[in-house]
Amino acid sequence: MTETPLTGRARADRAPHTLSEWQAAGGYEAVARALKLPPSEVLDRVDQANLNGRGGAGFPAAKKWKFMPEPGKSPGDGPSYLVVNGDEMEPGAFKDRFLLEALPHQLVEGAIITAYATHASVAYVLIRDEYRTAIANVKRAILEAEAAGLLGRDILGSGFSLTMKVKPSAGRYIVGEETALIESLEGKRAVPRKRPPFPAQSGLFGRPTTVNNVETISLVPHILEHGPQWFRALSRTEEGGTKLYAVSGRVHKPGLIEAPMGTTARELIERSGGVSGNGVLRCFQPGGGASGFLEAAELDIPLDFGNCAKAGSMFGTGTMIVLDQTACPIGVLARHQRFYARESCGWCTPCRDGLPWVARILDALEEGTARPGDLEILRMTAREAGPRGRTFCDLMGGAMSPLATALARFGDLFEAHLDGGCPIRRGIL
Amino acid sequence: MTPQTSHLPEPLRDAILGAMDSFGGARPAMLESLRLIQHEEGWVSDDRLAQAAALLGVSAAELENLATFYSMIFRRPVGDTVILLCDGASCWLNGGDAVRDRLMERLGIGFGQTTADGKYTLINCACLGGCDKAPAAALGRDRRLVGPLDAAGVDALLEGRE
Repeated sequence: MTETPLTGRARADRAPHTLSEWQAAGGYEAVARALKLPPSEVLDRVDQANLNGRGGAGFPAAKKWKFMPEPGKSPGDGPSYLVVNGDEMEPGAFKDRFLLEALPHQLVEGAIITAYATHASVAYVLIRDEYRTAIANVKRAILEAEAAGLLGRDILGSGFSLTMKVKPSAGRYIVGEETALIESLEGKRAVPRKRPPFPAQSGLFGRPTTVNNVETISLVPHILEHGPQWFRALSRTEEGGTKLYAVSGRVHKPGLIEAPMGTTARELIERSGGVSGNGVLRCFQPGGGASGFLEAAELDIPLDFGNCAKAGSMFGTGTMIVLDQTACPIGVLARHQRFYARESCGWCTPCRDGLPWVARILDALEEGTARPGDLEILRMTAREAGPRGRTFCDLMGGAMSPLATALARFGDLFEAHLDGGCPIRRGIL
Repeated sequence: MTPQTSHLPEPLRDAILGAMDSFGGARPAMLESLRLIQHEEGWVSDDRLAQAAALLGVSAAELENLATFYSMIFRRPVGDTVILLCDGASCWLNGGDAVRDRLMERLGIGFGQTTADGKYTLINCACLGGCDKAPAAALGRDRRLVGPLDAAGVDALLEGRE
């Protein structure tokens, strides 16, 4: 059995399969298998597989699914929903684009099985506006599956029915936050909701809703096809499966790598052609823009949600950004903070006003116009607004994580910036 | 500038009604309506916004509320080709500043501006999901991803010799 179940069937040119090509490669067998089991059994298998959500938080997928009420057990009328989150916009992340463009039938398969296990009868795939090829390819896969009776009423004679639709978004990083995404689907500004109630109680249009990331959903068919034990054995740690890692920044061959969960940064960087620039690693972020900085001493940590958290960072989207010795982490941080400041929905004051303040100070540090008191403002903001901070959602808390780790690890470099701007750019360091 | 008519063109009207049907009513179809208008005309004018609001049965202010929140809905005319240039960290680490400078120099505009001849609009945007092609940009109606770019690559792109 393949060691790269998620991407093993993809073509080098990213061209998606037609339905018949996908079926010839074994596609939709997992659906047929799942629909012969009771939904609770499907859920149990995913539970046993230890599949953690791949969108950033790493919450166990089956645990989320268990909150979904059985038919007739939620008050009121209307369907339950599955929402597939394809609003990939985290700095450094480009994995979902690939899965959507190259493997749309895998996503449809995963959505059918997940909807079945969570008693959902309508599935939305929200895809960011810029991913035009992805939108077209998933739409086409849905039409093909509908025409073949794999979506719609009474799928494969199982009695289970599912309607699946693509909804393109129109910009804004915050749409990827699951409750903001639900607001967006309802036709509102993407402002996160207060929780509880959680989406499984009251989600889209007030109905029970599961929101899962594209990669999470795309892994589901393989669990049903090969079994939970096989899925767990793919991993080098307790967290099941392979991971679609991404490596970018200062490496010779940036790209996607499907590898066992728990693969080390050292191995991923090696497989990406090694560190570029001056060839010597300064630091890396293991999971996108909102993950804390790690250094050479952490190169051999098995990268998964638990181990990254233990190291004081976050696995996030599993999309690594690499810096060599000639790259300034404060410069990287400045780009991240400008991004998060720009993408704040504006609802919570610390985020709306605090992030631009942080971004301005980092710009001033780079330019050499910052004042000594500015570093204390950065420390105060990182402390007060960090994870589990004072905002509805995790946008600001996430943004503070690279700031806090940079302040802790690169204190001298911050101080050096006070004396005339970025010393790396000026060739002093 | 797109010539305005007092009514939505028939295909747009049908597409918006289709979105209402597909997405569960007028409200969930609001953003899609703006997207559909923009797909046809490049941007969303005041007239079109009012016409779509009337068709959806919502107030123009409600539709404007979405149009001003979602950053990829354009409420001003844009050039024939919109260039979304990534200003994220991975692109910066691979020479994004030089690409930005070259684009601004060649086009004579800054971010959020359109060239006088109406050919190009330049917008900064992150992350484009093209970090493996950093520095990356997305071009035109189909948001075609291009990269890795450098100054010479910008010249080639603008001169149509990729």
